[in-house]
Amino acid sequence: MVATKEEIWGYLEEVFDPEVPVLTVVDLGVVRNVELDGDACKVTITPTYSGCPAMKRIEDDIVENLNEKGIDNVSVDLVLAPAWTTDWLSEDGKRKLKEYGIAPPENEPDKSVLFADPFVVPCPKCEAKDTRLVSQFGSTACKAHYQCNVCLEPFDYFKCLR
Amino acid sequence: MENALFEYLLRLGDDSLILGHRLSEWCGHGPVLEEDIALTNLSLDLIGQATSIFDYAGKVEGKGRSEDDLAFLRFDKDYRNLLLVERPNVDFGVTIMRQFLFDAYRKPLFERLVHSSDEMIAAIAAKSLKETKYHLRHSSEWVIRLGDGTEESHNRIQDALNELWKYAAEIFYEDAVDAELKANGVLPDMDSLKSDWDTIVHAVLEEATLTIPDNNWKQEGGRKGLHTEHLGFILAELQYMQRAYPNMEW
Ligand SMILES: [Zn+2]
Repeated sequence: MVATKEEIWGYLEEVFDPEVPVLTVVDLGVVRNVELDGDACKVTITPTYSGCPAMKRIEDDIVENLNEKGIDNVSVDLVLAPAWTTDWLSEDGKRKLKEYGIAPPENEPDKSVLFADPFVVPCPKCEAKDTRLVSQFGSTACKAHYQCNVCLEPFDYFKCLR
Repeated sequence: MENALFEYLLRLGDDSLILGHRLSEWCGHGPVLEEDIALTNLSLDLIGQATSIFDYAGKVEGKGRSEDDLAFLRFDKDYRNLLLVERPNVDFGVTIMRQFLFDAYRKPLFERLVHSSDEMIAAIAAKSLKETKYHLRHSSEWVIRLGDGTEESHNRIQDALNELWKYAAEIFYEDAVDAELKANGVLPDMDSLKSDWDTIVHAVLEEATLTIPDNNWKQEGGRKGLHTEHLGFILAELQYMQRAYPNMEW
């Protein structure tokens, strides 16, 4: 079966990130390109973090999903450049993260600044700006751990990577 | 020089793999939960970087070795990591000081390798640099907290610095491998790397009220495959499954 590029991008909207299951691989900005050559379909993806353990699973899920749609000749190419950044997270993706209870990335100061002024990460539950960082490192490589000082909800923050 | 690029990739990849393994030993043993998670996150980044580097090294070598073959099926004298990264964890202070001396080198290193004439090295460096900035901030902030903290924390991190300082000089070890790669632009503009490292290290140690030891004794050998007794113990654990059950997968 021959599908159009637009159709393939649409199908990829059905493939979710196994670690943040509310985001599709398109929302996350992990899918960089789709190429068609006759009946051959090549999907180019890039990892979020070097050690992201979800990449192999994402690769398999993409092939499986497209196979189910009748596209048999699928290859997935993993590239490192240009390096992934949270700037590629879609607006739709940011909204879905927040609804799921994960604060989306804020405009952070450069990562190399020591003891940088804390920036505001609003609580995804009650919108309060009075929150505190519990740990720079959270449940996965892409998240930090916060707590709201108003409603006391502990929450994940999808940290900015640039 | 036979395959200088392959040799250099082993140096880069082995630093990541062996330090990543050392940090993974903290899993479940961190002084507080947040640092347990932080150290294992660093470990994950480093092992991820090693995977990309070894994958490319295998292709450069051209003998069909995969990233797993290079990680799990070499003998100790084939590893090219700095002696610094194979030093035991000992306590949180030693682990943080080891990490700081290493991160202060890797950040300016990756900032240079981003401009490598080798596209794959440039790509790996761009990716790793984003993570390494984060690592350096984490280790620097802890060096300052511990050094400028209580008498006990100050003494322990000063002891860590005294113990590890002799291994720091090897970071700037150079031989024919570096010379060849500098000549063809794979290693661009490395001259100021040491002064960048000095600047970071001196600024943070001063803020931390720590004193650089007078002792100028240098201990090196890792880049040539001559390791301390500790690497053997690391490899025994790292390679156990592949040696006991060759080609096993899970
Ligand atoms: Zn709240």
